[in-house]
Amino acid sequence: MADTSRLCSVWLGSETGILKGVSLTRKQAFNFCNTSHLSRDQEVRALCWGDPDESELLVGSADGTVKTFSTEKGVFTETRRCGDPVTDGPFTGLAALMSGSSSVVTCVESGAVRVWREDGGDEPVTELHAGKNVCRMRQSPVNRHVVATGGKENGLKIWDLQKPESPVFTAKNLRDDWLDLRRPQWVRDVAFIPDSDKVVTCTGYHQVHVFDPSSPQRRPVLEVEYGEYPLTALSLPAAGGTVVVGNTHGEIAVLDLRKGVVRGCLKGLAGGVRSLQCHPSRPEVASCGLDRFLRIHGLEDRKLQHKVYLKSRLNCVLLASRDLGDGGGAVEGEVKEEDGGEEDDVWETMERVEEKTKRKTTEEEEQLQKKRKKGQD
Amino acid sequence: MDITEVPVSHDNKGKKKKNKKTKNTEGNGGADVVETKEDVKMEKSEAAESAFPPTFSVSEIKNKQRRHHMFLKFKLEKRKQKLQLKKKKKKERKALGDKAPPKEVPKTIENQRVYDETTVDPQDEEIAFDEGTDEFSAYFNGLTNPKVLITTSDRPRGRTVRFCEQLATVIPDAHVYYRRGLALKRVIPQCVARNFTYLMVINEDRKVPNGLVLCHLPNGPTAHFKISNARLRKEMKRRGKDPTLHSPEVILNNFTTRLGHSIGRMFAALFPQDPHFVGRQVATFHNQRDFVFFRFHRYIFKNEKKVGIQELGPRFTLKLRSLQKGTFDSKFGEYEWVLKRHEMDACRRKFQL
Repeated sequence: MADTSRLCSVWLGSETGILKGVSLTRKQAFNFCNTSHLSRDQEVRALCWGDPDESELLVGSADGTVKTFSTEKGVFTETRRCGDPVTDGPFTGLAALMSGSSSVVTCVESGAVRVWREDGGDEPVTELHAGKNVCRMRQSPVNRHVVATGGKENGLKIWDLQKPESPVFTAKNLRDDWLDLRRPQWVRDVAFIPDSDKVVTCTGYHQVHVFDPSSPQRRPVLEVEYGEYPLTALSLPAAGGTVVVGNTHGEIAVLDLRKGVVRGCLKGLAGGVRSLQCHPSRPEVASCGLDRFLRIHGLEDRKLQHKVYLKSRLNCVLLASRDLGDGGGAVEGEVKEEDGGEEDDVWETMERVEEKTKRKTTEEEEQLQKKRKKGQD
Repeated sequence: MDITEVPVSHDNKGKKKKNKKTKNTEGNGGADVVETKEDVKMEKSEAAESAFPPTFSVSEIKNKQRRHHMFLKFKLEKRKQKLQLKKKKKKERKALGDKAPPKEVPKTIENQRVYDETTVDPQDEEIAFDEGTDEFSAYFNGLTNPKVLITTSDRPRGRTVRFCEQLATVIPDAHVYYRRGLALKRVIPQCVARNFTYLMVINEDRKVPNGLVLCHLPNGPTAHFKISNARLRKEMKRRGKDPTLHSPEVILNNFTTRLGHSIGRMFAALFPQDPHFVGRQVATFHNQRDFVFFRFHRYIFKNEKKVGIQELGPRFTLKLRSLQKGTFDSKFGEYEWVLKRHEMDACRRKFQL
């Protein structure tokens, strides 16, 4: 188990309650669970890294437990109970605070965001209510104690977990439309844009909104519409300036966040997208969803790079940052390519020189011949 | 062969053609005697332009009439050669008798099918678990009995009405209701309250049924099919007497992939699990190249070797358009599979079901 788990660079949670690891270099997929105790109650609803070294994986199941999986040992090391699944509903978000002791932030559908400390026992250290029908909770990658929540008829709210009394930022609903009718709200996914305070959300009404908490405006500063089906997931590529969104029909698009236009679409999906994640450093995006495939697209050429069949409907995907998406082999390949490129450059320059000289020589010869002709004349 | 340029001038046709002919026969040399004989005959009948040098193509002839004429000739020639080859092979086979090599299997796009990694392996634990706990597990565990509501799009006319009535005779415990302009989202809770397990909506266009929404209740999935070539009972030739009330046996053919399995289970769950063998009726869902053919037959064992079948009708063809998770919700529902034309069917040898 330990050998296989160390190889894996992509982690997925499935609807059948199985944690799956995929090694792209070896083109292999592994199941990390006890196949005799399968049950749909253990459906994986959220995944996140437990520590900065990415040696621990937190798995939020539908039965209200958060399990810790050690990628070094390849086994589940710890199980803690976080809330009651009957009253709260399933997890919609999971995050690790990573500040000294291992604290976990959980969010459930009923809107309770709770902070659990390892030594804190069965009671949460902090608890706040983010309203009903929360669809997603995300943690800011910079300030680990800042989280954003949003859901159906429950606009974007940004919370500081150190001051849980009131949200730092509450989004205002969009202006009424031209018939003076209220616009419905349905935040399906949230992400913090690094290097700025801005937050980007995607909605069930196929809009992408960018909010800027640092400005006095509480309505979105940018609105983009994509397609005609609900957007379910979004992710921010490492390059910045764009966002990748996916909808329920299996259409993924790269949207430009400055102009608000579609930069390109990623093809090849058959079913609705459940989760998207971009690689933290490379231009790659992993998607998974109801069609039971993990797909990895390159963001530069928008081509499908990997496609792995994983047998169950997939709920969430998580990429490891350490070995650059697909491990050592690909890196070597890249290095080779670079070498080749340099060589090409060298050849190009040489050829140019040769051509020039050739031309010169031919010209010279011609001149010489002319001269000779003249001499003959 | 020493002819490489293509002479296509019409002035001195005869000469050139003859030239070609002779050279061609020389080049072939070891070809069959029969062929050369035939060539000679052709030459006699009409300045024969039957054989061309290898780089010459009929399409290079600029005169349309001539080109057409030549093409017909060319085709006839080809056909003759083919028939001859066939005859020859047959003769050889006959001569060899039992030792003849086995016949070659013809290439079809089905047997050249691109490998599908989702093909279900019956030993797979994970898929078995997934299927064992899906929405149809209640039916397959014998906990529920199917009860089907059949309705149509608004104001059905002509064939669609009769099609629904005939479907209701095929599926036991099916109830046909007039749509009355109701929204499906309103109908579904009422169906669930009345213990229906399926909602079937036939869509029509210009009095012809063209779509089928099959929604499993109480919590999905929903499949959307295109219906084509629907033939009603009255239009059938050599049709048997009307079907009886016995519940039929069900045959599901070629549903091999994961998606195919889901669709197959969906069809299976339309019929009661214990068929009445007394009725001798069979409903067949045959999948071929992603088209699902429905046929309804009555069979009889004439003696130990012979079986007679009689089609009862109706017959139609289905093609899957989408499979949606949950009950019918085309706007906000999550789709498990959507047919994306020109993207998915770009490869003719790739099948989804």
